[in-house]
Amino acid sequence: MRDVWSLYSEKVMEHFKNPRNVGEIENPDGVGHVGNPVCGDIMELYIKVKDSTIVDAKFKTFGCGAAIATSSMVTEMVKGKSIDEALEISNRALAEALDGLPPIKMHCSVLAEEALKSAVEDYLRKSKHVLSEAKEKKGSNKSE
Amino acid sequence: MRRIYLDHAATTPTQPEVVKAMLPYFTNAFGNPSSIHSYGQEAKGAIEEARDKVAALIGAPSEEIVFTSGGTEADNFALKGVAFANEGKGNHIITTSIEHHAVIETCKFLERRGFRVTYLPVDAYGLVAPDDVRKAITDKTILISVMHASNEVGTIEPITEIGKIAGEASVYFHTDAVQTVGHIPVNVDDLGVDLLSLSAHKLYGPKGVGVLYIRKGTWLVPFMHGGDQERRRRAGTDNVPAIVGFGKAAELAQKDLSKEAERLTSLRDELIKGLLERIDHIHLNGHPTIRLPNNVNVSVDFVEGESMLLNLDLEGICASTGSACSSSSLEPSHVLLALGLSPEQAHGSLRFTLGRENTEEGIECVLEVLPRVVAKLRAMSPLLKSHR
Repeated sequence: MRDVWSLYSEKVMEHFKNPRNVGEIENPDGVGHVGNPVCGDIMELYIKVKDSTIVDAKFKTFGCGAAIATSSMVTEMVKGKSIDEALEISNRALAEALDGLPPIKMHCSVLAEEALKSAVEDYLRKSKHVLSEAKEKKGSNKSE
Repeated sequence: MRRIYLDHAATTPTQPEVVKAMLPYFTNAFGNPSSIHSYGQEAKGAIEEARDKVAALIGAPSEEIVFTSGGTEADNFALKGVAFANEGKGNHIITTSIEHHAVIETCKFLERRGFRVTYLPVDAYGLVAPDDVRKAITDKTILISVMHASNEVGTIEPITEIGKIAGEASVYFHTDAVQTVGHIPVNVDDLGVDLLSLSAHKLYGPKGVGVLYIRKGTWLVPFMHGGDQERRRRAGTDNVPAIVGFGKAAELAQKDLSKEAERLTSLRDELIKGLLERIDHIHLNGHPTIRLPNNVNVSVDFVEGESMLLNLDLEGICASTGSACSSSSLEPSHVLLALGLSPEQAHGSLRFTLGRENTEEGIECVLEVLPRVVAKLRAMSPLLKSHR
């Protein structure tokens, strides 16, 4: 018999008690907004990118213990990662980093992965826009 | 760490006197009540004595008490039993949208078997309108099932009025009284019910035993087949120690029912008042006065229930929530949605249900801890920002 029965691993509880990187980033390079109130989890993930590397990440989450802990974990894991590396972070990796999640809570790790992907996509969209604007400028310069 | 248990609607601690009464029936008095010999008759006597005590608590004759494995079985027995016995008469059942899953899921099962079920709505307090019941009755209606009080929001339903309507229409009337028996006065004749479910562990008795009260003349098929126990209505060797415990718990509950109800009502109102004063954007769920003496249910805007529960638990306070995050489904409580709450508010619900061990000190502790917990969670809530 286990000494202490609890819903979550110690790691989940540790992140739940002391969530890392709570808040918003002013002028973020990418924002991910996922979830809906009906299923009870809403995550917002903000990233700051410099030279294709995620230098800062913050979150705001409405949700259960697992949702808060995975939000906290995803911000820790992406910091210092390149954009390509960040896109490879899976929900399983998040759950493993938290020493596992109860089966009915795996959807929280899926949501955190989606929040990250959505923030990165937002960044890529914005930077592509900036890039194509720059190209256009270059092009118009040429024709002159 | 000191712990404060505020989840008595989930279960209650078995009282030491109850445990003491049960113990001999595991060892020395272990007989099977169906046996002719002295061991058997000793056990038989014990369950009949327990039957008298439970009957007295709800004002019923002892022979109308059938022991079951609990409240869920009693609900299943009542609904399936009446439905299958009265198929020739009709196929329509009336219930409400806020029943316990033991009733709702049984109704869903019966619908798949060709029965038609009307789920009546409730108002913002969770009250069923007796007139809605009257209007829903057709010549095919064979059963009405309305819970006595909501296990979630504590609202007490107008059972007596509905009982009169059912009686006039000659339709069987069942009530799930799991949350009321032993907590507020319950009398089967005053309520006008033909069937009533109760459970021992909600009134400081053991788990694994309940009762279906069946008024004489009510036609229903047996729930279990295979023996003569419970007048052939519920086969299976009687759970003697649990039944004895139920009897003792019923006896103790009856003793100080009104005094304890009064004490809990005042603690309940103190907790409600304190929460509304100390936390902004908080709402009371259920009726402010027509509610169980021990039930406090609130919705806290912008925060989710399970994360509040976990934080409270870390400080030794044990409560409950209607948030989906605490269950395997992702939908929040069907009861809170039926009251008209938004999904966010349903996810932000907290239920405190008080009991014998609780004192003013426990209430003060909640009032000290919860505002802190809410502030911490609101600081990380994306909903608060969009609200502003």
